Amino acid sequence: MKTPTIIPDFVNRRSFIELDARARAQSLFDEGAWKELVGPFDSIESPWLAKQGVAPQSDDGCIVIKGKIGGSPAVAIAFEGAFQGGSVGEVSGAKMTAALDLATRDSEAGKPTAAVLLLETGGVRLQEANLGLAAVAEIISAAFALRQHAPVITIVAGTVGCFGGMSLVAGLSSYTIMTREARLGLNGPEVIEQESGIDEFDSSDRALIWAINGGEQRVGMGLADSLVEDDAGKIAAAVRDCVRQGVPEKHRTEQVELYRARIAALDTSRQIDPAILRQQWASTTRGVR
Amino acid sequence: MKEQVELRGKTWFKALTGSNTPKNGDPNSVLATTAAIGNESALFLCVVPDKDSRFPCVRDGQVGLEEAFTLATHIRAVIAEDRDIPREAKRSIIAIVDVKSQAYGRREETAGIFFAAATSADAYTSARMAGHPVISLVAGQAFSGGFLTHGYQANRTLAFDDAGIVIHAMHKEAAARITRRSVAELEKLGHEITPMSYDVRDYAKLGLLFKLLHAEDPQHPTSNEVAEVKNAIAEAIADARKGKLDLSNRWESGAAKETRKGTLAVRAALEAQWFNE
Repeated sequence: MKTPTIIPDFVNRRSFIELDARARAQSLFDEGAWKELVGPFDSIESPWLAKQGVAPQSDDGCIVIKGKIGGSPAVAIAFEGAFQGGSVGEVSGAKMTAALDLATRDSEAGKPTAAVLLLETGGVRLQEANLGLAAVAEIISAAFALRQHAPVITIVAGTVGCFGGMSLVAGLSSYTIMTREARLGLNGPEVIEQESGIDEFDSSDRALIWAINGGEQRVGMGLADSLVEDDAGKIAAAVRDCVRQGVPEKHRTEQVELYRARIAALDTSRQIDPAILRQQWASTTRGVR
Repeated sequence: MKEQVELRGKTWFKALTGSNTPKNGDPNSVLATTAAIGNESALFLCVVPDKDSRFPCVRDGQVGLEEAFTLATHIRAVIAEDRDIPREAKRSIIAIVDVKSQAYGRREETAGIFFAAATSADAYTSARMAGHPVISLVAGQAFSGGFLTHGYQANRTLAFDDAGIVIHAMHKEAAARITRRSVAELEKLGHEITPMSYDVRDYAKLGLLFKLLHAEDPQHPTSNEVAEVKNAIAEAIADARKGKLDLSNRWESGAAKETRKGTLAVRAALEAQWFNE
């Protein structure tokens, strides 16, 4: 007597979050149709960390993979959250800018090349402070330039999340994909508590953090596009969808009037309830993009 | 004297444009006006403190939600109005920068300040890529997300050279705490590690600046000093019009060849491997 065993989905699922940045980036490409550029054997390290007693890494925590996604040319650039918190240093930042610039060059030459940015980052690497901040400005400019020709797709999967200057890059992406385990925001809760006090933000209040920065909220309020399970296959499928859709008719960051009016309508006499805000913003975003 | 430093942006906005009142419909924290520079007119923008702002965490001159969307609105209006005219006739956009940081507030996080900041950075980038000269004048502080939102997308950046100028990713106290150092250690390190320095003359070595400017008392500029700054802005505009639309002038500058070897190495290696299929 054999009874059929029901195996729940999560048993067979391949977790995306459990992969490192390199494996995450690889998992998005068509089978066998990719190669890594300026990898660890090229050994271009941060010139600033060793001088400060911090061990550098031979890829500076940024992985670039070029290949095909759903048959179309694409490049993925991934920050490794496990190296210096995924922080943007001179080299890791320049690698991302350069890859975006090259994708733009190919796109302008008639070979539209999408970019997928895997952002697990706390922001600028403070040991390289001003070159990290400059790199973020350059990434913003390069992402903007590519966005005219091919989609720029951001994935924030977790568990580091995407904070600091790189959150602006997520903001101006053509599409942002998040999981429930991901957080997205400009200032992390600890920073707000430190700068503005515990009454402003209690960084030990996990529920509050997820209610504000969590993937479900960001997608729900229309500031990110799709909420996907922590499943490498589903995330790759979501990326293929975005590549297929191409450049959106209007990018979210071009909708200034809509959002300016929404901010004007906020009651700021007290803190804003994230759930109510989500309801208010979601109902009108539908159909916009 | 802290308050004075935060008013340097406003002082220079007034000195260069003759006005310092916000436009109807704008928050009091954003100054925007059209004024003459050389023999053309330009849009001047500045974020200033507003002690009565309805957002408590921007009252000392931080850049928040209203500031970002207001900047983006003004920039996009100029882009739309000049859409059909040739590059050499497109109006310049001058960002006067004196921002202590982005807003560190729960209201801001909840309503997506990351996205608001992105709309402003996007608007500045759109203007530059459409051919508008975008010039930043760092008249005081230029910190972190505040600078990314307002000013860091400029084709050409000017800054005064005195101790009141700070361009940095994070203020000293917080950076010391996070990197587990004392403020004194951090300052000492700044002299050895150029990108960590809080001194604008070290910042100039990174190749990100067009020019350093000087005023004896930047809080009370003389008419000669104002004229010199206007000349420098006009010079930056002319140089921007001759240059590329992207930010490559930053890493291709003479100073960057010394201080940004890592950037140049990674760009060269990636380009070589990209086309090698």
